[in-house]
Amino acid sequence: MAGTSGSPAAKGVPLQEDAHTGASGPGMPVPGPGTPGAGYTGPAGGAPAAAVASGTGLLLSGVARVFGPVVAVSGVDLEVPLHSRLSIVGPSGCGKSTLLALICGLDEPNEGTIDVLGATTSAERLRRCAWMPQRDLLLPWRDVLGNAALALENQGVRRRTARQRVAHLVERFGLAGFEEQLPHQLSGGMRQRVSFLRTLVAGKEVLLLDEPFGALDSITRADLQEWLRAALDAEPRTTVLVTHDVEEALLIGERVVVMSARPGRIVAQFDVHLPHAGSRRELIRHPEFAELRDEILSLLEAVA
Amino acid sequence: MSTTVTRPDEPAVAAPAKSGRTGAGIRRALPAAAILVAIALIWEAVSHWFGVPNYVLPSLDSIWSTGISDWSGTLASATWVTTEEVLLGFLLSIVIALLIAFALHSSRVVRNAVYPLLIGSQAVPVVVIAPVLAIIFGYTITPKLIVVTLICFFPIVVNTIDGLASVDPELLRVMRTLDGNRWATLRRVEAPAALPSIFSGLRIAATYAPIGAVFGEYAGSQNGLGYVMIQAIPQLETALVFAAIFILTAEAILLFIAVSVLERIICPWAREGKR
Repeated sequence: MAGTSGSPAAKGVPLQEDAHTGASGPGMPVPGPGTPGAGYTGPAGGAPAAAVASGTGLLLSGVARVFGPVVAVSGVDLEVPLHSRLSIVGPSGCGKSTLLALICGLDEPNEGTIDVLGATTSAERLRRCAWMPQRDLLLPWRDVLGNAALALENQGVRRRTARQRVAHLVERFGLAGFEEQLPHQLSGGMRQRVSFLRTLVAGKEVLLLDEPFGALDSITRADLQEWLRAALDAEPRTTVLVTHDVEEALLIGERVVVMSARPGRIVAQFDVHLPHAGSRRELIRHPEFAELRDEILSLLEAVA
Repeated sequence: MSTTVTRPDEPAVAAPAKSGRTGAGIRRALPAAAILVAIALIWEAVSHWFGVPNYVLPSLDSIWSTGISDWSGTLASATWVTTEEVLLGFLLSIVIALLIAFALHSSRVVRNAVYPLLIGSQAVPVVVIAPVLAIIFGYTITPKLIVVTLICFFPIVVNTIDGLASVDPELLRVMRTLDGNRWATLRRVEAPAALPSIFSGLRIAATYAPIGAVFGEYAGSQNGLGYVMIQAIPQLETALVFAAIFILTAEAILLFIAVSVLERIICPWAREGKR
């Protein structure tokens, strides 16, 4: 692949069009809280308002999941306030991915309760959560627009309308000019951005990111970390990020949770107070960043 | 208000020059062509110089001249009849096979009930079934279509089921989080993902279809290439038999090529992925 996969493309640019500028016609592709999601009037439509009232995004209490004799996660209590960002770090096999699948509603816990904006059953959680795994898993026969529009089509929007609605977002994701390229014609970083766009277009209140940049080279990964941070600053979502990478956890998360392996338990939580402005390099040099990183790394060595 | 960053420095993969691809295709076909020519030369040598009688191994040129002289009289109408059986039978087997495959994919109960029967159906010798079908349906096109379908549907069913089941389980989970129900997943993910496998099945079936038609004609018919052969063999008109065989072979190859061309048009991404 020639060149790097690009600079942070949409730094500081909101993920969706401002309500004021709403030139895109009916229905925002990414209906955030308070945005009338005209295209999608599913059960999730009314949820954000209720959640704002209660002030709670995600609430996990006493969650445990067992696979046969293996205790994947145990006794997990977590609270993620609405529109805040949580990072989970931990050694391999600490049940981070299991935890995300549980929150998402792809799986049910053996013990404990999971509350996602008031939803407790797995079917209801699925409607409120968007999940993005490490691999991009794009459909090779669909071009960039087609892949991005997948969720809208699943929600019953006609193919052409769905493509039109995601078209202006493609530009903000640094994919302008690549609308009709197939995934195999894109670089790894661009594919991951398409995958992220596809996740966002589903219009869910909660974003669950499972090592979203783990398969990328370090330069591309740094770009996308900076880009994601800016994107989430511009349009906050309740986000849970699972990662191996402590720097990534600190850059994206407003709070960082450290998990231990077998059984997966939460061993520590850190609040991250970093200036919102500032590039990735400035943040990494920030004294508090360095201090937290060292503390978490030594903790990880202890639990691994 | 938005900063749009396009990246001219990151071009899409350049499409390979068309002439270059054709040249490579010819170069790839050369060894196969060379083998064919060698076989033809040996054939001619044996039939002309080793005293093999013409009714045992007719020379290629006598097959050719027989093919030309008998074309308007027998071969043309026989070819037409057989081609009709092959094409209709092939289409019928595609429709039936896809229906069976999707039904089997959609329901575990149906799969458990029907799959063993399908495998069993392949153990039934079609050569033996064909005369029975001729008794039931007479010298019509129906028994030929049934024989072609019986031979062709199985590879299509098996490959389609494999293709539908080949989707990454994690992608199926992603579809669930993207509000995709069973039908959306089947239509937007599983069916397109299965297309390359379906075409693999179709290519195999394409080569079987003419064999099925000839079996059907052997069992009872009034025209067709199989009929021509079964008439010509007792007369020791071996050159005519070979002419019919070559036409049948050409038909199978053409059908195979047609399926491959269709595959390139319908699923170009599959080729790119393999490169």
